[in-house]
Amino acid sequence: MNPLETHTRRVRDRGRKLLVPYLTGGLGAGWTDHVLAAAEAGADVVEIGLPFSDPMLDGPTIQRASDAALAAGATVDGILADVARIDPGVPMAAMTYANLVFRRGADRFCAALRDAGIAGLIVPDVPVDEVEPLSRAAAAEQLDLVLLVSPATPAERRVEIVKRGSGFVYTVSLMGTTGERPALPESAGALATALKQLTDLPVLLGFGVSSAAAARAAAEHADGVIVGSAVMRKVLAGATPAEAGGFLATLREALDRPDD
Amino acid sequence: MTAPAVDARRPTDDGRFGAYGGRFVPESLVPACDEVDRAFRAAWADPAFRSRLDEILTGYAGRPTPLTPAHRLSAELGITLLLKREDLMHTGSHKINNVLGQALLAQRMGRTRLIAETGAGQHGVATATAGALLGMATTVFMGQRDIERQALNVFRMRTLGAEVVPVHTGSRTLKDACTEALRHWVTAVADTYYCFGSVLGPHPYPWMVREFQRVIGDEARGQAAAALPAGTPDVVVACVGGGSNAAGTFAGFLDTPARLIGVEAEGGAALSHGTDGVLHGFRSKVLQNHEGQIAEPHSIAPGLDYPGVGPEHAYLADHGRARYVTVNDTEVVAAVHRLARAEGIICALESAHAVAWVLRAVTTGEVAPGATVLLTLSGRGDKDMATLMELT
Repeated sequence: MNPLETHTRRVRDRGRKLLVPYLTGGLGAGWTDHVLAAAEAGADVVEIGLPFSDPMLDGPTIQRASDAALAAGATVDGILADVARIDPGVPMAAMTYANLVFRRGADRFCAALRDAGIAGLIVPDVPVDEVEPLSRAAAAEQLDLVLLVSPATPAERRVEIVKRGSGFVYTVSLMGTTGERPALPESAGALATALKQLTDLPVLLGFGVSSAAAARAAAEHADGVIVGSAVMRKVLAGATPAEAGGFLATLREALDRPDD
Repeated sequence: MTAPAVDARRPTDDGRFGAYGGRFVPESLVPACDEVDRAFRAAWADPAFRSRLDEILTGYAGRPTPLTPAHRLSAELGITLLLKREDLMHTGSHKINNVLGQALLAQRMGRTRLIAETGAGQHGVATATAGALLGMATTVFMGQRDIERQALNVFRMRTLGAEVVPVHTGSRTLKDACTEALRHWVTAVADTYYCFGSVLGPHPYPWMVREFQRVIGDEARGQAAAALPAGTPDVVVACVGGGSNAAGTFAGFLDTPARLIGVEAEGGAALSHGTDGVLHGFRSKVLQNHEGQIAEPHSIAPGLDYPGVGPEHAYLADHGRARYVTVNDTEVVAAVHRLARAEGIICALESAHAVAWVLRAVTTGEVAPGATVLLTLSGRGDKDMATLMELT
């Protein structure tokens, strides 16, 4: 088993809900301080966005963060060099789009991630039907390739996805792009529950987990949550690493104390 | 000369034209694409669907279009030039061929709403037209910069009852409109059909749009057989942005000895200057930097302002079955004027790329004296008058 999945299973098996914040790589000179602060605030895995010019599955907040990072000169190589210099003490996973992966070649891309100390990869526009070459490249570098399940995914595809994915199952809570929502839809919990019956992988919920209340609701059914836009909105508005970490700490608290 | 054996009649079941095509979309869109694929296969095999589409193409949209001998220009150039007149189609371009097919399919699938991306506005106008004709709500995504450049088409769409949504992200042009339309589709797949405007996007779109556009090539082949002593032209030429009019035209001539030439805009030439990439759900040639960030193309013809190209063209290029060349904006403007004065036809800036190549190829000898050339004139030039006025 690869290091990311070993870690996510261990956390889950300890009875702790996983908190996985997403941070756009290369956004500002001290961006890695946000990664360290997130880990400090109780993140179990940190997702690092490698910005792409045309992010098909991202809503306005992550789009803005990606555009700002690219406008400031962010590159995959630069971000990976930054990442290689830090040790947040928890695994990191890269999230990006197919073109950045295939431009370099899946093998070289995965090798570069591993060299930078990254343990997982999420590529939302490579669905399970197209995943074979990337799966092989990731496996060769002991990277976990995390696959997404959507509310639209038919039952037989869910089986295929949880079989082919590793690290954790990324459960998309709603039919939409990334972004904050007032509350999680009811169906999200049901989907997470159904997936947990299919697989022993940790099942995490993402998309629209914007608040402590939403995180708590998600954790009733899932093994943890992924939080992107809610934290990136604060970062874009100028939140310091300590301030963004403070927000994540409230989510940590909500996940640890479900009865409050 | 015999044509190399290239079988582009249909892609593989997973939508591959050789190494290109496929379906690189978020999981949320995979079932929707599957459903379009199943519905299209059933509809295309259903004589009732085909005859209803034929009826509308004929009785409403203006098919068949003539194959017009360009007598005076031919005499000037010393060749036989035949123009396939898609500029005479309802709404002003070949776009309506595809849109009517997809809109009928959407209706058959029980969808009540159409969405589309548009650059110059031609595909947006065609989609708004089909929406009005079939009583379907229509939303068109259009980059803010294109909205400013193409005010007339924005007003046409709104007159037809469509909602035009400005896109403010990225370069605020066609590629961003396409990305935004895909994002929107994720939220609305239950009742909404995404009507792609070219041979682009996730499988089955590149193949399906080619099939809806092949009426151009099939008609032209029959017309050329009647018009030319040799039966088929020596050269078949069409402009290529995403590549739908070229794909439709080439489909009629793939198994003939005709040389197939696709003409790209110098500033938006994914086949001539691009590299392998994945954009908007498919693998093809893409204009991008060394890390894979998508480049912003620049062409005087907004319909060719796209950083990718249909996967079938990348396949035909690799196999040498079609050749892709570029012309620059100056040659294109000159070609509009030359065709207008010689033949009384003001064509679209996009279509003028094909004309410009013929004008050049006659002087370089790439088109030999006495050769027969069939050129698809994909659209009329009314929309470009403001652009041309600024230049004069």
